[in-house]
Amino acid sequence: MTLSFLIPAIILLIGAAAANVLRNLVHCVLALTLTFAGFALLYLGLGAEFLGLVQLLVYVGAIAILIVFTVLLTGGGVQGERHVLSPRWFQGFVLSVLVFLLLGYGITKSSFTTHAATSVDSYPVSLIGDRLMTNYSLPLEILGVLLTAATIGGVVLAIREPRQQTKESE
Amino acid sequence: MTSLALYLLLAAMIFAAGLALAVTRRNAILVLAGVELMLNAANLNFLAFWRFGPHPEALTGFLFVMFSIAIAAAEAAIGLALILAVFRQSRTINIDQIEQLKG
Repeated sequence: MTLSFLIPAIILLIGAAAANVLRNLVHCVLALTLTFAGFALLYLGLGAEFLGLVQLLVYVGAIAILIVFTVLLTGGGVQGERHVLSPRWFQGFVLSVLVFLLLGYGITKSSFTTHAATSVDSYPVSLIGDRLMTNYSLPLEILGVLLTAATIGGVVLAIREPRQQTKESE
Repeated sequence: MTSLALYLLLAAMIFAAGLALAVTRRNAILVLAGVELMLNAANLNFLAFWRFGPHPEALTGFLFVMFSIAIAAAEAAIGLALILAVFRQSRTINIDQIEQLKG
């Protein structure tokens, strides 16, 4: 167990636990941002520097901001909600504990044969680009189409319709 | 215990935390955030298997995580836009108070 595993792991667990425990919506989102940053640290420690930076840019930079904007637009963090948990939260909690116990049982019982864990050599970005442009060019194109469709879909869903038009259509 | 198993256990913990967040909260934003947490835990599994697998130079798990992050970004954008649309219809984003799908 090395330090490059231990420090991000502690950050991750604290962030995930805080996101579950805290009651204020904005505090929960901040704890989640901490968790995303912990993942980025973990990726850096695993020798995936590029992915660590992508994680920082996409999750901490974009998704956390999106979530904060949605909190702002829905007025969620302002009024003090008395019940933040769903009525049947206890069943959900038991379910997630059971899922963790099952996964942990499977992980500890199985024997993994690991290779090359000694050298944490990083791979140059040119190799990643090479792979993306040769072996993975079709998935990359499909991903471009998907992101375009998602952008258009997000705008269409979030755009405000004129009031009178919706009244007439009903 | 190998270091691969440690990474997998950590990912399992985060997955369980994300699942708990998704199923115990009333607020739709936090449900979506729990889903994001679970996706991240899955990404960590991919990266751990890539790093400790036999052929890390093939970059298979690495590129899988890259595609997964891009799809998660699209999913978050669509999900949050849906939450905004639902909020505009029913003035609430508590998922136990949203009772009708028809706007």
